[in-house]
Amino acid sequence: MKHCLVVDDSRVIRKVARKILEELSFDISEAEDGRIALDACRQKMPDAILLDWNMPNMSGIEFLRALRKEAGGEHPIVVFCTTENDMDRISEALSAGANEYIMKPFDRDIIEAKFTEAGLV
Amino acid sequence: MSAIPSDDFAFLSNLLKRRSGLVLTPDKLYLVESRLMPIARKEGLADIAALISKLRQPGSETLQRAVTDAMTTNESLFFRDKTPFEHFEKVIVPSLLPSRPQKRLRVWCAAASTGQEPYSLVLTMAEKAAQFPGLSLDILGTDICAEVIARAQAGIYSQFEVQRGLPIQMLVKYFTKEGDNWRLKENIRQQVKYKLFNLLESLSALGQFDVVFCRNVLIYFDRDTKADIITRIAKILPEDGYLILGAAETVVGLTVPFQPHPTAKGLYVKAAAAALTPPAKVAAG
Repeated sequence: MKHCLVVDDSRVIRKVARKILEELSFDISEAEDGRIALDACRQKMPDAILLDWNMPNMSGIEFLRALRKEAGGEHPIVVFCTTENDMDRISEALSAGANEYIMKPFDRDIIEAKFTEAGLV
Repeated sequence: MSAIPSDDFAFLSNLLKRRSGLVLTPDKLYLVESRLMPIARKEGLADIAALISKLRQPGSETLQRAVTDAMTTNESLFFRDKTPFEHFEKVIVPSLLPSRPQKRLRVWCAAASTGQEPYSLVLTMAEKAAQFPGLSLDILGTDICAEVIARAQAGIYSQFEVQRGLPIQMLVKYFTKEGDNWRLKENIRQQVKYKLFNLLESLSALGQFDVVFCRNVLIYFDRDTKADIITRIAKILPEDGYLILGAAETVVGLTVPFQPHPTAKGLYVKAAAAALTPPAKVAAG
């Protein structure tokens, strides 16, 4: 079973994402900001990361840049999932090493489509 | 769902059959409610029965068209089912190009809806431009519904639509953001022409094509109409042309001049062309 880390400061979003991804046969763990997520990755690299942008302590983009410098940090497929929907932001995320990008609001179809696109489903 | 009186159902199915060829079987009853209630409301009518009663009155031409459009519009995604686009790039284009000195391929998307299918073809080949230098696609998208044709021409999609089937790298590369929506760039849009067209009309006015995409539309027709449309498509395709049907569709069991491509699922070649294909590498002389 593939392991996906869901990183979002909203408990509601984490819960919704967890439910959808569990139905897609992912093993889920959660982190509420980038710093906690980075610690979790240092313990054990997940296969996939669903990543919010705006979070306290460490934002999604800061987390992603740090992750890609870690040993084994190139392994996880990172899918941004954020209300940020400007072209500049999307380009910034891709050049920081994001594999896919979901603009909120999302639903099951979008998560499934994007995870398929990223080769995870 | 509220029941529809049988004579109302018969009237509606006759109307749809006559105007579009669509066969309204009882298993599609759920579509009647979901697609026609918005029209009934817009007309200030209480229910489907009242809408049908208005359709029966003289001078209901505009309403008849709106009802036909609503019943025949298909959901559309970018790169729907994926494989047809892979076949286009890996099988169809490489097989046709050597015999097309102009490097120009004419493609007809027979149920183009809001344009995702024709544009997905353009995007597929845009990504492979280096592999096929000089290739020019001349794509015609047709649909029976004027409203979806107008949307296809504009090439504007909602945030929801661009997130289903379209890789993010392609969104960045080929779209610009306009307000809350996303618009395909001019150089992509200009490779597709659109035209309002009913598949029951004569196809000869459309000209000749190398490839015809006719996906997820024949399912709405009865067997005879289906066979008739496919047979007429054969006449606008050269011997080496291709027909692509939807994932759940086939020509098997229909008397038509096509047969399945030996390896690429969903692709059909002319029966004569298949018969003429020489056996692989029989020793010469």
